[in-house]
Amino acid sequence: MTMRTLPRRLGVAIIVAAIVVFLSIKLNAFRDFQIAQIAVEVTAVAGLTVLTGLSGQISLGHAAFMAVGGYTTSLLLLHLAWPFYAVLVVAAAVTAIAGAVVGAAAARLRGPYLAGATLMLGVAVPAAIADAWPATFGGDQGLNITFTTPAFLGVNFPPTRWQAWVATLVALIVLVLLANLDRSRIGRNWRAVRDDDAAAALDGINVAAARIRAFVVSATCAGLAGALLAIVTLGVGPGDFTLTVSIALLTAAVIGGLGTLPGALWGSLVIVLLPTYVTDVATSHGLSSTVGSNIPPAVYGAVLILVMLLFPQGIQGGLRRLLSLLVSLFFGPDQKSRTWRVAPPTHVTPSADDASAGQHEKEGTS
Amino acid sequence: MKRSQRLRWQATAIATVAALGVAACSSSSSSTPTSTSSSTAPLTASAPGITPTSILIGSHQPLTGPAAPGYDEIAPASTAYFDYVNAHGGIYGRKIIYKYLNDAYDPTTTASVVRQLVLQDNVYAIFNGLGTPTHLAVVGFLNSEKVPDAFVASGCDCWDNPTTYPETFGWQLDYIREGKILGQYVAQHFKGKKIAYFYQDDEFGMDGVKGLEDEIPASMVVAKESYVDTNVNIAPQVAALRASGAQVVVAYSIPAFTALLKLNSLKLGFNPQLVVSSVGSDPITLSGLLEAYAKQGGATVNGNALIQGMITDEYLPALSTSDPWYNLFLKIHNQYDAKEPLDGNFFYGMAVAYTFVEAMFKAGRNPTRADLVAAINAGLPQGPMVAPFAYSSTDHDGVTGGYIGVIQNGVVVEKTPVMVTDTTATGAVTPYTGSEQSPPASGVPSP
Repeated sequence: MTMRTLPRRLGVAIIVAAIVVFLSIKLNAFRDFQIAQIAVEVTAVAGLTVLTGLSGQISLGHAAFMAVGGYTTSLLLLHLAWPFYAVLVVAAAVTAIAGAVVGAAAARLRGPYLAGATLMLGVAVPAAIADAWPATFGGDQGLNITFTTPAFLGVNFPPTRWQAWVATLVALIVLVLLANLDRSRIGRNWRAVRDDDAAAALDGINVAAARIRAFVVSATCAGLAGALLAIVTLGVGPGDFTLTVSIALLTAAVIGGLGTLPGALWGSLVIVLLPTYVTDVATSHGLSSTVGSNIPPAVYGAVLILVMLLFPQGIQGGLRRLLSLLVSLFFGPDQKSRTWRVAPPTHVTPSADDASAGQHEKEGTS
Repeated sequence: MKRSQRLRWQATAIATVAALGVAACSSSSSSTPTSTSSSTAPLTASAPGITPTSILIGSHQPLTGPAAPGYDEIAPASTAYFDYVNAHGGIYGRKIIYKYLNDAYDPTTTASVVRQLVLQDNVYAIFNGLGTPTHLAVVGFLNSEKVPDAFVASGCDCWDNPTTYPETFGWQLDYIREGKILGQYVAQHFKGKKIAYFYQDDEFGMDGVKGLEDEIPASMVVAKESYVDTNVNIAPQVAALRASGAQVVVAYSIPAFTALLKLNSLKLGFNPQLVVSSVGSDPITLSGLLEAYAKQGGATVNGNALIQGMITDEYLPALSTSDPWYNLFLKIHNQYDAKEPLDGNFFYGMAVAYTFVEAMFKAGRNPTRADLVAAINAGLPQGPMVAPFAYSSTDHDGVTGGYIGVIQNGVVVEKTPVMVTDTTATGAVTPYTGSEQSPPASGVPSP
């Protein structure tokens, strides 16, 4: 099975990349920016969904890791003018170290204590950046960088399109790697630790090491997202990494379907596109600004409530249920195993008798 | 001192004349013969966002969220003034369309909505984008796209950076100048008293304190307490201010925290003279907030009584029917947007829209984006402001001075003449010798 899943994941990634390239050429520059924004969001949310959904650790301060990645990127581009791919690698490495440090502390904490500790991180890091070493971090103003398109694309190539390509490529690489990790022994250990850490320890799993590993992976993803954000918005400031951003990441992971990578994409799409879309609809119906401006937050709230009521497993869980319902309608109940060929490929269920729900749905309820 | 002052004025004058000359040369040598000379040249789509019949401009504003109370009146007020101009011939016949999007005072959202305005809606310029942290998230983008970024609604000195941000201009009194003007008043009128500072722990508060420290001797200052705008529990800071024995508290706070400072002081029986920056002192907003917060705590207070005697500064005329600008804006207010109260925020929105219309007329009949920037660099008449603008090709600060006022019965009453200064530590605070301008009879600036 694992022999066949890697080429298939790569195949899906290449198809998605082709779609993004096509869209980025067809759509206007603002849509390119939104594609890049979605890619940034997916990168961070995918990391968080692995941490919370697979290893069972919550983080309310993931924007702090984004800040580490974003500032590392900006400082390197500003002062050393390295090529951006090298900068991305270093930013990921620096955030991985930060993740290991925080993870070592987090491995000892659980539930509300871990939530509290990460919350503190989420509040303290942007505040510290704004105040400490203004000569290095630029205080409240942050750092501005330039990001040029490579020469081979020509001088008239829209910079937003190039940014969208870079961000999407990084996001897809992250997703493919995470999908593999998810199906590997590391991923299975995370699930074991999440479901029952005592049982996992009895089975010979080093619980603390597994937890720290999850934090490192998750923080690295967030760091890459922060690095991409710096490249996409041409700079970083403490305002880009506030607690609101941390909470939005968690919201996206939950709406999309905690623990599922396609869910990270659905959640990011909702977080990025919904406000713009609803604002456009509200203004095109000629509502006054006081009414119109309050509609997007209201719709956002309504969507959150509806998703949680209708699809407790998030959008991905809802889609899965819908799909298995359709398949049983068209092919009869004994054909259900075919579902997983057409379902998003990251969660292939090997056993054909796994009739009613996907593996992750069952795990999600535990 | 006097002589260096005169030298500086001369230098400013020479710089202005030089800038005018450069602007005139560049416009006369440019291949489009339209901008100044001919008044009958056909109107063309001379820049993104400009059509023969309209000018599309955009902005980011906090219409929801923590900064919305009060500040959400500004963009509707600007719209009301633009509607008035549109109904009175527009700008060379073009109508202004003002599209402002809600960023909820969240920099990440600002980055998104401003790109929507620039990349998708193709606005000609960004006008009066509100907030320091929010606008900082887009100032680099706007300058790299060469979009005019006129009249940021924030007094951060960071907008005055013509080398890095040639497209960006401030408008309101910057916090450093304001701090110096407030500081000079405090140093002169509260000699021998114990002074304390209460400020927001960011660019806004720290710029203000920088200005105050230029004028108030350190020996007079007994305490400095800061707050962060996400934590409404300021009881510890107020207790520290009280313990310091301060008799005068100078506050660089947004309206919500000015109100909290007052209520917390009241609770401790601490009653210093409050001196508050214009950012956090609009009487109508303040008294409303005081009454609302007290109600949440189960008490009833009279907002206007609590702010009676508070000292503040203003760079716009007093809201009184004896002022011709107030009467003009009142007329437009009643005609176009009577639902909103005509308070300091509304006046601000009208005044900044007036300055923008002035700049657009100066940019010419068929302006490019660069024409608008050149027009502002060449200097603008002060219009409704009480002091002149600093605009030149080397200075992108807005208005250069204001007056000290005291709140009496819910309005700011002028206490001193208009004072002007610069942003340097040594530049003196001096009375403004010019006079305020009167509005044109039509209410629309002439080309």
